[in-house]
Amino acid sequence: MTMTDTAPPARPEIRFEHVSKTFGRVGATDLFRAVDDLNLEIGSGELVAILGKTGCGKSTMFNMIAGLLEPSAGKVEVSGHDPFAQFNWFRGKIAIVFQNDRLLPWRTAIENVAFGLEMLDVPKAERMASAQAWLTKLGLGGHENDYPHALSGGMRQRVSIARAFATNANILLCDEPFSALDEMTGNRLREEFARLVRENGKTAVFITHSINEALQIGDRIVVLRRPAKIAYDTRLGRDADHGAKEDIRARIQAVLAE
Amino acid sequence: MSERTLDGTSPPTPIIDGAWRVVRALAPFIFLGAAWQVASLFFPAFLFPSLVAVFWRCLDILEQWSQFVDVLYTVGRILAGLAGAFIIGAVLALMMARSKLVDGFLSPILTFFQGIPALSWVVFAIIWFHGVEFRIFFIMVLTTLPAFTFQIVSALRAMSKDLVEMVMSFRPSRVQMFRTLILPSILPEILTAWKVNLGNASRVVVVAELVGATGGVGYQLLQQQQIFDMAGALAWTLQLVFFVLIVQYILTLIENFAFRYRAISERSL
Repeated sequence: MTMTDTAPPARPEIRFEHVSKTFGRVGATDLFRAVDDLNLEIGSGELVAILGKTGCGKSTMFNMIAGLLEPSAGKVEVSGHDPFAQFNWFRGKIAIVFQNDRLLPWRTAIENVAFGLEMLDVPKAERMASAQAWLTKLGLGGHENDYPHALSGGMRQRVSIARAFATNANILLCDEPFSALDEMTGNRLREEFARLVRENGKTAVFITHSINEALQIGDRIVVLRRPAKIAYDTRLGRDADHGAKEDIRARIQAVLAE
Repeated sequence: MSERTLDGTSPPTPIIDGAWRVVRALAPFIFLGAAWQVASLFFPAFLFPSLVAVFWRCLDILEQWSQFVDVLYTVGRILAGLAGAFIIGAVLALMMARSKLVDGFLSPILTFFQGIPALSWVVFAIIWFHGVEFRIFFIMVLTTLPAFTFQIVSALRAMSKDLVEMVMSFRPSRVQMFRTLILPSILPEILTAWKVNLGNASRVVVVAELVGATGGVGYQLLQQQQIFDMAGALAWTLQLVFFVLIVQYILTLIENFAFRYRAISERSL
C-alpha cells in the first residue's frame, strides 16, 4: 500500500512515469528488477529526500535522473526532456554531489571547484573568481591551492559541494554525500547544504538511508520499498515542529519495517 | 642555542644530507669503475683498457663532429622509433579499450609480436625494405609497440569509474574529457612505458645499426670490433648509456612536476 499526503506539484521539474529498470540477461529468468513501475513528480524548488533501505534502487533512480542510466520501461523527464537520450542538453543544468567527494587528485581545491565551469567554457578569470567565492562561502578560504590529499574528508566533501553549486545548475542531485563523515561534520554540512539549496532556489534530490538525515534536510520525504516504488510520500514543511517530525519518523519506521 | 634531536645528537645539515645523497647515487658507478680499473692492471689493454684511455676516447667522440654525428643519428633513431610506436600504440590502445571486439583481435597479434626476437625483425626488415632509415624505424616500432599498447590499455582500463562518472555528469566534450581526465589518469603509465621502452629501444637500435646501417653507434661498435679496440667499443657504448641516463633524468623531472599533487608518506615501503 502507498501512503501519501502530498498533492502533485503544479510544475514538475522531475517526472517518473511508470518507470522500471532491470539489470541482467535479456530474455533470461535471472533479471534483477531495481525499479518497479515508479511514478513520482518533483516540483521546481523542492528539496526531496529519497529514503530507502540499502539496495532498494535509490541509486538506480538517481542515475536515471542524472542521465547515466536508461529506463527499461516507462519515461523519465527532467525539465521536460529525456535525460538519457538528450544527455548533452543538460549541460550546466544538473549538478551532482556524490557519496564520495570524487575530486580530481591532480587539481587543487580551487581548480576542482572551477571544473564544472571549465566544462561550460566559462573564461578562466571568471570561473576562478566564482570558485574562490564558493570556497569562501563554504569556509575553505585559505585552502584554495591545497591538493585533495591535504584536505580532511569533510573539507573534500565541501569542495565537491562547492563544485556542484558553482555551475549554478537548477537541479542538484545528491547521493548520500555526508554518509562517510563523522556526525558533527555531517550535521554541519547538511545544514549548510539545505540553506544553500533554499537560498539559491534549487530543485534538489537527496538520496539517503538515514531517517534522521531525511528529517533534517528534506522539505518532502519519499520512502522507497524494494524494488524502488513509492511506499510513503510526505511533505514536512520547513517549520515542522518536533512532534510532527516524530510522528513522521514513526510512520517511516513502520513503512520500512514492512 | 643549537637544535638537538631526542638522542642528543645534532640533526644533519642540508649540505651533509645533500653530499650523502650524491655519494649514495654515485657509489654503484664508483664500484663498477674501480673493479674495471683493477682488472685493467692485470689484463692487456685490448681486453680491459684503463678508464683514463676510455675517458679520452669518450671526449674524442664528443669533440669531433664527424664522430658525434653518429651518436645523434642513433639518438634520433631511438626517439623517432619510440615516438612512432607511442603514437600507433596510443591509437590502438584507445580502440582496444573502447571495443572488446578490437581488443580480442589485436591482443593476440601484439602478444605474438612480443614473442618475436628483435634480431628476427632486423632480418625481416633487411629482406623486406631497401631504405636503411625505414628499416631501423620499422624495427624500433615493431619491437616497442606491444609494450606501449598494453601499458596504455591497462592504464585506460584502470581509470577510476567514479571519476569518469563525475566528469560525465558535467557533460564534457570529447576533447575536454581527454584533456581533463583521460590524459592525467594515464600519464603515470605513459611515462613508465617510455622509461621501460627507452632501455629496450637503446639495445635494439644497436642491433639494427650493427647489421643494417652505415652510421650510428651500432655501426661504430662494429668498426671497433673489427679493429679489436675495446676502449673505443666501451666509449661508444657509454655514449648510448649517457643518452639513456639523460632522457631518464628528463622523464623523472617531468614525473616530479606532473605528479606533484601526490601525497608523500613519511614512512617508506
